[in-house]
Amino acid sequence: MRFVVFRKADDFTEAGAMPSRELVTAMLAYNRRMIDTGVLLDGMGLKPSREGVRVLFDGTGTSVVDGPFTESKELVAGFSLLQTRTREEALEWLRRWPAEDAPVRLELRQVIEEGDA
Amino acid sequence: MSAVPDTHRAIDAVWRIESARLIAGLARIVRDVGLAEDLAQEALVAALEQWPEAGIPDNPGAWLMATAKHRAIDGIRHEQMADRKREEIAHEMDVIHEPDLDAQADDDIGDDLLTLIFTACHPVLNTEGRIALTLRLVGSLTTPEIARAFVVPEKTMAQRIVRAKKTLKTAGVSFETPHGEERDERLASVLEVVYAIFNEGYSATAGDDWMRPALTEDALRLGRILAGLAPTEPEVHGLMALMEIQASRAKARTDADGVPILLLDQDRSRWDQLLIRRGLAALERAEDLAAGHPGPYTLQAAIAACHARAREPGDTDWDRIALLYANLATRTGSPVVELNRAVAVGMARGPEAGLELVEQLVAGGDLEGYHLLPSVRGDLLAKLGRDDEARAEFERAAAMTANQRERALLLERVAETDR
Repeated sequence: MRFVVFRKADDFTEAGAMPSRELVTAMLAYNRRMIDTGVLLDGMGLKPSREGVRVLFDGTGTSVVDGPFTESKELVAGFSLLQTRTREEALEWLRRWPAEDAPVRLELRQVIEEGDA
Repeated sequence: MSAVPDTHRAIDAVWRIESARLIAGLARIVRDVGLAEDLAQEALVAALEQWPEAGIPDNPGAWLMATAKHRAIDGIRHEQMADRKREEIAHEMDVIHEPDLDAQADDDIGDDLLTLIFTACHPVLNTEGRIALTLRLVGSLTTPEIARAFVVPEKTMAQRIVRAKKTLKTAGVSFETPHGEERDERLASVLEVVYAIFNEGYSATAGDDWMRPALTEDALRLGRILAGLAPTEPEVHGLMALMEIQASRAKARTDADGVPILLLDQDRSRWDQLLIRRGLAALERAEDLAAGHPGPYTLQAAIAACHARAREPGDTDWDRIALLYANLATRTGSPVVELNRAVAVGMARGPEAGLELVEQLVAGGDLEGYHLLPSVRGDLLAKLGRDDEARAEFERAAAMTANQRERALLLERVAETDR
């Protein structure tokens, strides 16, 4: 089964600040472990929402809204795609997220796959 | 550490992540894979006893390793130190005090893990034993899980694993990574085991227990682990590419009733683009490393890639596929590969050219009794408008196959030639 891990945005990521060297090192080591265990399929970090746009369809037409977006807690700053045998295993990987990134909010979501009701 | 609602399930997850490294590290010390697994299991039991009360430690892998090593030392102290080997081991244990899995150089753990894979796939074991042991020790599956996936009673699978471990012990298989020529042979055995696991899962059908198709994911995971441990081996990446590309078609290869859909009839929008992308990247690595001499897995992956790259069946580069099959036939000397080449040649240069190759195969007699020979021959004849001959071939093929669905397809073709 596959899971997406969302790393939620915060003031820091929304400001577009560069992560510390310690965090980068820890993050690389963390990802390396998941690659070596065959778990990490894909992942990327996203630029701040001020560089993003929203496209809204209301049924009659479309409107394009430029970022930044205010509700920063609901925004996403990056994601990883994991493949694990169980949900608990994915959760266990989340528990191992680098402490250097704290405080951080992560969200685990299962990918819909063939055979899911 | 935050409270976990179901500690047992969390421990199960820790086990899946840590057990292969744990067993590998222990096997290097005690030089016995079976004993290493027993020690790891004892540590797991201790975790199940202690963690629900004490909470999951910050570094669960290191905790399990330390616990397992203490058990090993206790075990050695309790038994008579008759054996010299035991003394050596005891000495080594004292040297490696307070072990920390994460502090240990990643290279060392990687080496141990690679050795564990080589050992589980050792040629002294039969294929069944290799597969079971690899899934158990490296894939971190439980015995009941493996039994379910292979549709055998749990007891049978347990015995198979015990027997395999015993065989390794009696044969005196040392816990070492092979070198030189032996390494190539042993690596071939490892790749064979991984691909066998993949195919076991891939051949599962809709009505099967989900544990069976899950084997493809287990094989992909084993392959990815292997690719990390042996990054310079072209065939490791070749196999990885082949598996990823084949897996990319999983959703498209059967209809709602589980009836297989032929490659050229599949809805390509249902192919998994992420797996294709990963497969093509792995193929590129394999081809770079192979430096002009691609092995069988890399060649098969290259063929699969020709299909993956084609947006429509009509875009398929059949010339290249025919060339790759020719190369593969030279490498393997397999008449089945030659038959596939005939199909590709038939697509690339017309049914006449394909039929010419098929006639050579018929004359060679190597594929006598193989239903796909008359089936392919019939297809080429039908394309040439030689309907009577085609019908006879389809009828022959239908009589030869044991597979009901295939027979139905062939009889359908018989009916078509009558129209």
